[in-house]
Amino acid sequence: MSSMNRREFLQMLAAASVAGAALDASPLLAAGNADAFYDVPKFGNVHVMHFTDCHAQLLPIWFREPNVNLGIGGALGKAPHLVGEHLLKAFDIKPGTRAAHAFTYLDFAQAARTYGQVGGFAHLATLVKRLRGQRPGALLLDGGDTWQGSATALWSKGQDMVDACKLLGVDMMSAHWEFTLGDKRVQEIVAKDLKGRIEFLAQNIKTTDFGDPVFAPYAMREMNGVQVAVIGQAFPYTPIANPRYMMADWTFGIQDENMQKMVDEVRAKGAKVVVVLSHNGMDVDLKMASRVTGIDAILGGHTHDGVPRPVIVKNNGGQTLVTNAGSNGKFLALLDFDVRGGKVQEFRYKLLPVFSKLLPADAGMATYIEKVRAPHKAKLEEKLAVSEGLLYRRGNFNGSWDQLILDAIMEVQGADIGFSPGFRWGTTILPGQAITFEHLMDQTAITYPYATITEMTGQQIKTILEDVGDNLFNPDPYYQQGGDMVRVGGLQYTCDPNAAMGSRITEMRLEGKVLEAGKKYRVAGWAPVAEGAQGEPVWDVVARYLRDRKTITPRRLNQPKLIGVKGNPGIA
Amino acid sequence: MNTTRRTVLKGATASGVLAGLIATGALRPTQVLAAEWNKAAFESKDATAALKGIGAAAATESKDLVIKVPDIAENGAVVPVDVTSNIPNTSSIVIMVVRNPFPLSAQFDFANGALPEVSARLKLNETSMVRALAKADGKFYSVQKEVKVTVGGCGG
Repeated sequence: MSSMNRREFLQMLAAASVAGAALDASPLLAAGNADAFYDVPKFGNVHVMHFTDCHAQLLPIWFREPNVNLGIGGALGKAPHLVGEHLLKAFDIKPGTRAAHAFTYLDFAQAARTYGQVGGFAHLATLVKRLRGQRPGALLLDGGDTWQGSATALWSKGQDMVDACKLLGVDMMSAHWEFTLGDKRVQEIVAKDLKGRIEFLAQNIKTTDFGDPVFAPYAMREMNGVQVAVIGQAFPYTPIANPRYMMADWTFGIQDENMQKMVDEVRAKGAKVVVVLSHNGMDVDLKMASRVTGIDAILGGHTHDGVPRPVIVKNNGGQTLVTNAGSNGKFLALLDFDVRGGKVQEFRYKLLPVFSKLLPADAGMATYIEKVRAPHKAKLEEKLAVSEGLLYRRGNFNGSWDQLILDAIMEVQGADIGFSPGFRWGTTILPGQAITFEHLMDQTAITYPYATITEMTGQQIKTILEDVGDNLFNPDPYYQQGGDMVRVGGLQYTCDPNAAMGSRITEMRLEGKVLEAGKKYRVAGWAPVAEGAQGEPVWDVVARYLRDRKTITPRRLNQPKLIGVKGNPGIA
Repeated sequence: MNTTRRTVLKGATASGVLAGLIATGALRPTQVLAAEWNKAAFESKDATAALKGIGAAAATESKDLVIKVPDIAENGAVVPVDVTSNIPNTSSIVIMVVRNPFPLSAQFDFANGALPEVSARLKLNETSMVRALAKADGKFYSVQKEVKVTVGGCGG
């Protein structure tokens, strides 16, 4: 976008969100005054809190935001594809502040030590209670990816998170990784645990045979005399990004025609505020907001983008706010609407980082978490090794945690090339910190964790890299899946994200030699989506590697050579 | 779930399923009475030649022809394709998967007065344009949309 457009755009955002002034305006904040940091004056008469993609992190953690999050095509230079200083500038956040630390990777390790850990359900509970105290009846929405991502969630088949969310007071949720517990388990939880407590919403899941809805598409609530509708949107590509056999009888997809139908339906029933609780990913949400009319806000997740202010999308019906609320329990979003005369007049939005040092733990939630962990404590806290460097995952092409996993699976299994999925969840380890078994599970706790060895031809390897590259860089967001590029060990390559499908990946070399299309290579991987796949759980493979080493030296990241991204504010 | 409805629908669509199998080539034409089987067009390995074979080389794009396909196929082996023609006097609908080994996939002919609306499940070998054509008053109209067939895994 031209500089003129961009300036106008920023002015519009600033005008729309008076309350979104720099978080650290007061000198008190640097000293850690919680009351000032979390003092958000009540506004309007309809209040919605939103968190998403917590990935089952019950305890406070570290989470480093990416330094590579490229925007391609129409997404170039726009939120959420801004990293580091570009993000700070676009959202008027002062460098070197608590907020700058929350939203960027800048000086991560040092700032993390200064400001402390983020998230944790006991601290989140305190913040939820505080905001609800000022805004009685406020809704709490959970965007999904809640029942997966930790050892205890995996071992309890999601039960620890289901009960934690009930205790937190979640009103409605949508989902993605939840489905990897299997369709039967999801239906059991919805029928037994959530009934009458949490609405499980998904307008875009139907049975594969007759197209019957599987879950309620929306729920309506009255708040201060205003009818509010929340429509659920599950991750549209669950059966593609994750094993289809786990939800074989259900079909997903974006389904924006049906979304429009649902919006019209709730409007006809008297809804004055329509919110979509979405797991589309932000780029898909932005496109959907331009096509579907009558939505006041899409509260989004999946792509794990911590976006300080909503993007306002104009459409034929007026405008729609699109937000994304980060991941791993790091943020709680608060959206206040002033609804008068049957419509939204104004709004205030704030994405509040959950700093555990500023928010005392809620006693009830802390006790609950303690109880959940007690039987597994010894196993969770086993120290596998000490990391000398920073270990993180987020980034379009690689992260040091992924590099460690690649190094481990390639060495333990004797492979020349390694593939590790471009997941965006997983916590961060600071230099000098011990890596516990729990930390390892934060990166690997899935229901199809098999470590694999596959003989692949050079041609097959190229096809995989091209396919995953297109899932990330297709200029049309509806063809994107919202994960990052598959992490590659051993193999060097060049990537041109702006090129067409099939020609982004070139110069593939193994130890300097060009990859041969017909030759077979031994490739180590994990998380196979095919039915019947087998193998040792990847956490056991990596744990062995870590125990053997005891000290993990800083990783040397295998990154592709990039073409055509110079000046892209999505890369630092 | 509505079991009764399912049972009724299964019974009601049985003949439709059979028609689909014939048209998509799952049953060889010699096995059925297929008077109008366009052998050359269905066996053509080239989309342009297949179009020519059914006389649709000069099809014009039309917004009155609506195709509904997923953006990304959940399962390339059974991709749902729905086509509805709002063009008056539509007498047949043709579906073509441009990059399949045999691009011409199905042809449905409508008796006078039948609603020109079809639903099929097609196998896609790879990412491809899926093209629908409608014939009305001797003229062909077309619409197309890309369906991506991709390796799974790696989702956020």
